[in-house]
Amino acid sequence: MNKHTIHITGGRVIDPQRQFDQVADVYIDGDRIAAIGAAPAGFVATQTIDAQGCIVSPGFVDLSARLGGVEPELAAAVAGGITALACPPDTRPPLDEAGLVERIVRRGAALGLAHIYPLGALTQELGGEKLAELATLRKSGCIAFSQAQRPLIDTQVLLRAMQYAATVDVALHLQPQDHYLARDGVAHDGDVGSRLGLAGIPVCAETVAIATALQLAKATGVRLHLTRLSSAAGIALVREARRNGLAVSCDVGIHHLHLSEEDIGYFDSHARFTPPLRATSDRAALREAVAEGLAAICSDHTPVSEDGKQLPFGEAQPGATGLELLLPLTLRWAQECGVPLATALARITCDPATILGIETGTLAPGSRADLCIFDPEARWRVTPDTLRSQGKNTPFPGEEMCGQVRATLVGGRQVFGDSH
Amino acid sequence: MPNPQLNAHGELTHLLTTEGLPRETIEHILDTAASFLEVSDRSVKKVPLLRGKSVFNLFFENSTRTRTTFEIAAKRLSADVINLDVARSSTAKGETLLDTVDNLVAMHADMFVVRHNASGAPYLIAEHLRRTGRSEVHVVNAGDGRHAHPTQGLLDMYTIRHYKRDFSQLRVAIVGDILHSRVARSDIHALKALGVPEIRAIGPQTLLPVAIEKMGVRIFHDLREGVRDCDVIIMLRLQNERMNGALLPSAREYFKCYGLTTEVLALAKPDAIVMHPGPMNRGVEIASDVADGAQSVILPQVTFGIAVRMAVMSILAGN
Repeated sequence: MNKHTIHITGGRVIDPQRQFDQVADVYIDGDRIAAIGAAPAGFVATQTIDAQGCIVSPGFVDLSARLGGVEPELAAAVAGGITALACPPDTRPPLDEAGLVERIVRRGAALGLAHIYPLGALTQELGGEKLAELATLRKSGCIAFSQAQRPLIDTQVLLRAMQYAATVDVALHLQPQDHYLARDGVAHDGDVGSRLGLAGIPVCAETVAIATALQLAKATGVRLHLTRLSSAAGIALVREARRNGLAVSCDVGIHHLHLSEEDIGYFDSHARFTPPLRATSDRAALREAVAEGLAAICSDHTPVSEDGKQLPFGEAQPGATGLELLLPLTLRWAQECGVPLATALARITCDPATILGIETGTLAPGSRADLCIFDPEARWRVTPDTLRSQGKNTPFPGEEMCGQVRATLVGGRQVFGDSH
Repeated sequence: MPNPQLNAHGELTHLLTTEGLPRETIEHILDTAASFLEVSDRSVKKVPLLRGKSVFNLFFENSTRTRTTFEIAAKRLSADVINLDVARSSTAKGETLLDTVDNLVAMHADMFVVRHNASGAPYLIAEHLRRTGRSEVHVVNAGDGRHAHPTQGLLDMYTIRHYKRDFSQLRVAIVGDILHSRVARSDIHALKALGVPEIRAIGPQTLLPVAIEKMGVRIFHDLREGVRDCDVIIMLRLQNERMNGALLPSAREYFKCYGLTTEVLALAKPDAIVMHPGPMNRGVEIASDVADGAQSVILPQVTFGIAVRMAVMSILAGN
């Protein structure tokens, strides 16, 4: 049988998980990485990719990307070097039925682009009252469970959900925001919101929710991941819980590493996010948490139509396009904070893969050949035309980005790039 | 970031907020208003400065009083005034804010007077006009959410200047629901620009925005302490829906703690003036004998308001 084999030549290979960083050739046999450095005995390449001047990295793993249209968004994902992504369950209808989950998994597999790992709805219709069929949903392909951004107000339901998730041995991804404290809020409850008269979401909306989740996780032993933290105080709570031995993980949305409440400017609805962009001191704490490895990075990709943004700030839909900005914004953060490239890449490869418990995000021989080859120096401009995603909504319109993907391989097949 | 209320030459093209307005601009508006004040005393209360211009009152939030004052101001400038009760028309049928604006621009509107319940809505309109190359159309913010009510702020400045002449020695107290008040924000920015050395924000913690001190005000939770030796006391309206709930226990208790009575007023300077943007809740934020008393300038505020709005519209129109 004629297997597809690929020889990637001359690239700087960075595998953060194994702390491997040197110029080397990569050999791919079928859907697996065969070797790095010297060719395996008798290796004959059916395809060669020249990676000179580029970084060869594990494909990026995104902890949260909303897929409006599955096909264009997955195409955008691989164009951004993302080979695996978790999608939150707040689709319409929400992912609370095995059939819905199977359909999206099948759809993803048929496209053969990035791998989709659906997050199942924790409660039926995400209503926050009755548990969804977690065991059944896991079997149909859910990687973990989540309420997305829907409230789960009743702490007894949350306790039961965690107990049940622990029983079924599935992880919970919670976006911590207290429903009541955040009620009616549209921006960080701080200087800018006060001045502009935007109803505030206080930091305590996050810390109260984190504290509750941590206590319940401790009581139930559930695997807990807190997603999209926004505040210094929230980070401090997670850091302390980890120090006390609780196995909790967390992530930060890529935009929150770069922007703050100041970026709202004169009511720019592209700076509306959930959770809100907070003070510059919060941003500094998020940057530090990611640098030290406490938090991973996610794109928090949220396509919003122009109509959804051409509204007064408080009425506009929150979120920004992120799949194709994940790499350049991660590189920008690393450069601004003096973080080594390999460390920065860990936050979007092996770290999120570990959080999801999936076998990707590494270049170890024998592992699945999900790779990204990018030119760290290549510059490009963010415009509606350069973004493949249907979400053109970005707080960085017209800005120059550094770092461009040249080729993306998923399961040993090139799914994006020139010679593709 | 370019200031969206100024054009490429740095001239005022929209009035969206008092924040960032230079002192000279504010003084120019107040001086212009002074010249218009006598127009209202004539038997023929009109000047032809906006003749042939169409002013659209675009009120997404009901407010008969503010709309009427703008209507009178525009008519005294000889403009054609069209009132659109948008709350009950197009947007109720699903048309977006900017679609409404585009339609009215196509009808050759020269100026929009906009009130909207969302903070920043007039900015969205101004930015849209700029992007679509209609920068000859002007926007006056007649109140957006909690953010700004710049003509009210300016008429308050006019009133203070009328009675106090000089801003440089004043102590001004703003009392009540500052959290939800666009008037308070517009007053604070204007008072700062005019060089008022001490601005006090007085209210319970539930009604004060976080970090309000960063806007350059001193915070007081005790009304008596707060009004002591003040020259100007600006009372704010307390909305009905905020009287009984988590913000405040009752209107009765609010009046006891934060209602302006003659006894409390006696703690201010003897010549202190009392202001209120209206409409008042007698017996809630202000006692009737204070509202109707010798130190109250609440009705003159209304008269000055017409002149100030005439000044703003005529300056924006390039006169």
